[in-house]
Amino acid sequence: MNSVGSNCNELKQEYDACFNVWFGTQFLKGNNNESMCAPILKLYTECVKEAIKELKIDLKEIERNVLHTEEEKKKPGES
Amino acid sequence: MGKFYESSTVFQYNWQQVVQAFWKRYPNPHSAHVLSEDTIFREVRGNKLFTKRLLTKTNRVPKWGERFISNAKVGIIEESVVDLNNQTLTTYTRNVGYTKVMSVIEKVVYRVSDDNPNHTVAVRSGWVDSQVFGFKHAIQAFGVERFRKNCSQMVLGFNHVLSKLYPLNGQSNNDGSIIHEEKSSVQEAKEKLKDAAKRASDLAMSKATPILASCQD
Repeated sequence: MNSVGSNCNELKQEYDACFNVWFGTQFLKGNNNESMCAPILKLYTECVKEAIKELKIDLKEIERNVLHTEEEKKKPGES
Repeated sequence: MGKFYESSTVFQYNWQQVVQAFWKRYPNPHSAHVLSEDTIFREVRGNKLFTKRLLTKTNRVPKWGERFISNAKVGIIEESVVDLNNQTLTTYTRNVGYTKVMSVIEKVVYRVSDDNPNHTVAVRSGWVDSQVFGFKHAIQAFGVERFRKNCSQMVLGFNHVLSKLYPLNGQSNNDGSIIHEEKSSVQEAKEKLKDAAKRASDLAMSKATPILASCQD
C-alpha cells in the first residue's frame, strides 16, 4: 500500500514491516515495550505530516480524537 | 439526525489472527478504492494499543452529487484501540472534509465469538448524515447504499487477506485445535470433541450461506 506522500513510501514499508513483527511477537504476547520500532515510526510520521500539509487536508481535523470521548456517536437509544 | 446502520459479520479466524490481518488489509483485490494508508500516531498505554491512521480513498459520487462534491479524493481518519486484556479491537472512522455534505462515521468492534472461541465477530455501526438543504435525504440514501456496498467489499477483502495469511485455518481447525490443547480430563476431551463437531458444522453452514448476507441486511 502507498503512503499519501510518495517520498514516504520507503519509510512506510520499513515501518509497517517492523510494526507487524512487533505486533505479532511482542504486543500480542503481552510485551508492551514499543521501543523496537520507535525510531522508524518517528521518521515516518514526520514525513507523512509534511505530505499532509501539502494536501490541504485540515490538520486540526486529523488531530481531533473522537473514539472513547464525549464526541463519539451513540447508537439510537444509547444514552 | 442522520441514518443509523448496523451489521455483524463472523470471520472464521481467531481474534489474534484477525487483529494481525487488520493491519495488513490493504491492498487486496477488493480495495481498488483505497489510494493510500498511513499511520500518523501510535502509542501503547498499559495493554492497549492506540493508533490513528489516515486513509485516502476515491470518492465516486452520482452525477447529481457532483455539484456538492468535486474532489475525487476523500480523507478518512481511523482511530483504533487494540485491547489485549479484553480481546477487542475497536475502530472508529470518519471522513475529513465535506462533512457538511455527507458525514460517514463507522464504528467496528472485533471480538471473540461467543459461539466459537476460534471465530471472531465484527459488529459494525454506521451513521450517515448530511446538512445539504433539499438533498439531505437523497444524500443519506446514497450514503447508506454505499455503506452496504463497502461493507461487502470490506468482508471480501479481509477474508482474502486472512486466507492468504492463514491458508490452513479452515482445514486444520477440526483436529488441529484438539491436538494443541491440553486434555486434562475425559470430560474436557469430550467437550472438545463436541466443539470440533460444532465447528465443522458451522463451517459447512457458512459455506452454504455466504457470510456477506449478514452485512447486507
